[in-house]
Amino acid sequence: MIEETEFLAPGHRMCAGCGVALSARIAVNTAGKDTIVVSPTGCMEVTTTQYPETAWRVPFLHVAFENAASAASGIDSALKMLGKRENKNILVFAGDGGTFDIGLQALSGMFERGHKVTFICNDNEAYMNTGIQRCSATPYGAWTTTSPPGKYSIGESKPKKPIARIAAAHCIPYVATATIAYVADYQKKLKKALAVDGPSFIHVLAPCPSGWRFASDELIEVSRLAVQTGVFVLWEVENGEMENLKITKKIPQRKPVEEYLKTQGRFKHLFKPVLRKDVIGQIQAEIDKKFERFGL
Amino acid sequence: MAWRIIEGNQALAIGAKLCRPKVIASYPITPSTHVPETISEFVADGELKADFINVESEQSAISACIGAQATGVRTFTATASQGLALMHEMLYIASGMRLPIVIGCANRALSAPINIWCDHSDTMAERDAGWLQFYAENNQEALDLVLQAYKIAENKEVLLPGMIAIDAYTLTHTFERVDVPSQAEVDRFLPPYKPLYAFLDPEKPITQGSFGTPEHYMEFKYSQQKAMEASKEIIDQVFKEFDGKFKRRYHKIEKYKADDAEILLLIMGSMSGTAKDAVDRLREKGIKVGLAKFTVFRPFPAKELIEIAKRPKVLAVVDRNISLGHKGALFSDATSALASMERRPLTVNFIIGLGGRDISPQNFYEIVEKSEKILKKGKVEKELEWIGVKKEMIP
Repeated sequence: MIEETEFLAPGHRMCAGCGVALSARIAVNTAGKDTIVVSPTGCMEVTTTQYPETAWRVPFLHVAFENAASAASGIDSALKMLGKRENKNILVFAGDGGTFDIGLQALSGMFERGHKVTFICNDNEAYMNTGIQRCSATPYGAWTTTSPPGKYSIGESKPKKPIARIAAAHCIPYVATATIAYVADYQKKLKKALAVDGPSFIHVLAPCPSGWRFASDELIEVSRLAVQTGVFVLWEVENGEMENLKITKKIPQRKPVEEYLKTQGRFKHLFKPVLRKDVIGQIQAEIDKKFERFGL
Repeated sequence: MAWRIIEGNQALAIGAKLCRPKVIASYPITPSTHVPETISEFVADGELKADFINVESEQSAISACIGAQATGVRTFTATASQGLALMHEMLYIASGMRLPIVIGCANRALSAPINIWCDHSDTMAERDAGWLQFYAENNQEALDLVLQAYKIAENKEVLLPGMIAIDAYTLTHTFERVDVPSQAEVDRFLPPYKPLYAFLDPEKPITQGSFGTPEHYMEFKYSQQKAMEASKEIIDQVFKEFDGKFKRRYHKIEKYKADDAEILLLIMGSMSGTAKDAVDRLREKGIKVGLAKFTVFRPFPAKELIEIAKRPKVLAVVDRNISLGHKGALFSDATSALASMERRPLTVNFIIGLGGRDISPQNFYEIVEKSEKILKKGKVEKELEWIGVKKEMIP
């Protein structure tokens, strides 16, 4: 799985069992030495680049929260003008905030302009760097510090924004979803993404033990259950052909979503003190509907 | 060189082209739009070998410039008003990362109410952002200051970004005769850009845009301030070298009939032309008035101001901006610079021409008349005066 040289050095300050750290490590090692990494403000950026140290053994640029895609666009243009564009990867590692919300405008611009940049969204479903606040990637029913369950609340009240489908709607050369429990699938997608001549986007589900409330050694299990329950579907779209969406990991027998929800403290209010069959049932119904709608 | 009749926006665009930036990222905004239009034509015609990125906002324009400059190329963008305000966050980042980006700003009032005409509120709001700031009086200065700004910004003692501010419409859309240097002349003045520290090269991997803890952050700011201080000397050197090559001498503060003046106007931007005219007429009447025009506002030329302020008895500071709740920006900085003088002149602040309100010689006659009264009384009774405001319209 891991190449001979580690381009994200050990000794960074990311949490034990961090899905983002694992995703970034897999991706940068797959991309290799001739890679420039760009990151918006977020967990990964603050934990890997504390001056005067850096965990990055490839060139790394951080500018601000909302503009990783614009900064990456500038790098793409500059390399072209320097005659140094060939055989180099530009890899953006953004969190869900820097992708779904504050970074969406810049991302859409980068897609539309056709910059050869691979944008990876390491999605841990809330603003984790600031302390677990909800964002548009937070799933229905989840506890966060700004979507607390209460007398009038079941937790997050809105469904998750379908970011990968929004990316695919830009008709860019490559869009995929992936997660760290299926490394071979993720690496295959990374290679495809890096090979296309234009923008590519991979939406990676990267669970966060601290924010989702599970033990750090359960990272892979939680990631796998997300796929096995159909919460997160692994697919890809090549050449901008949305109609040819391909499921890369078929789940012949889906597990009930309850099995996934139970692993995480952020959903515990759906089980105790009262079992919220209505809410869990609704989450299950949405998944069933998704599978039916897309003929999964 | 060649004489051409061009508008201020074209002067900025031609100035930028002559500096051979490799990446231009731009988003159109009135009244700066002709700058990206003109540059995109240069690129389309092959006159400028650059990548022109049509971004989706000013914030992305400056962000793409930061990304490109951090990769190791010279960059340029242009904007105004709300666009500059949208760049605000990134302006601090560009200077903190010590990237010598140069931008052309059309000085336009800030909303609300929305207004597309001239004042200096937009660039003044960015005076603390760590950028060198140059203000042009005319289109020749607009062009010349672009060339000089790159040379100053890229100096290894400086490595700070710079902005050239030109007044909306009075310069941006007004055609004037401009001496346009040849490419060969500019190439002899401004060498190709070679990044000293900021590059993104897999052969020499470095991290840019680090996380600075309380243990290190302050040293970064101290270094930026040191670079600002050092730039004062470099600015003089570059202005002198420019004069040697192009026969046009710039000063941080340009004096006009200032040496024997009892009343000295402190001025910025295109109103200087009108003010000079007013000074001439008042001189004919025997009034000892002169002016000092600030071409450089950041770094603030305090030393030069103190020297100029030794003789006059009244300094009338004319601000085309207002820091609401206090006074004009030039007044604040000028009076703080003068505080160390043993015998300082009386100072009074005039706010003028906000949101494109026309500035006429009559306005300056009024300013000088008020200043004469101060001179006669030997004291300032009203430190802040608004010129040309229609108070009867305010309920």
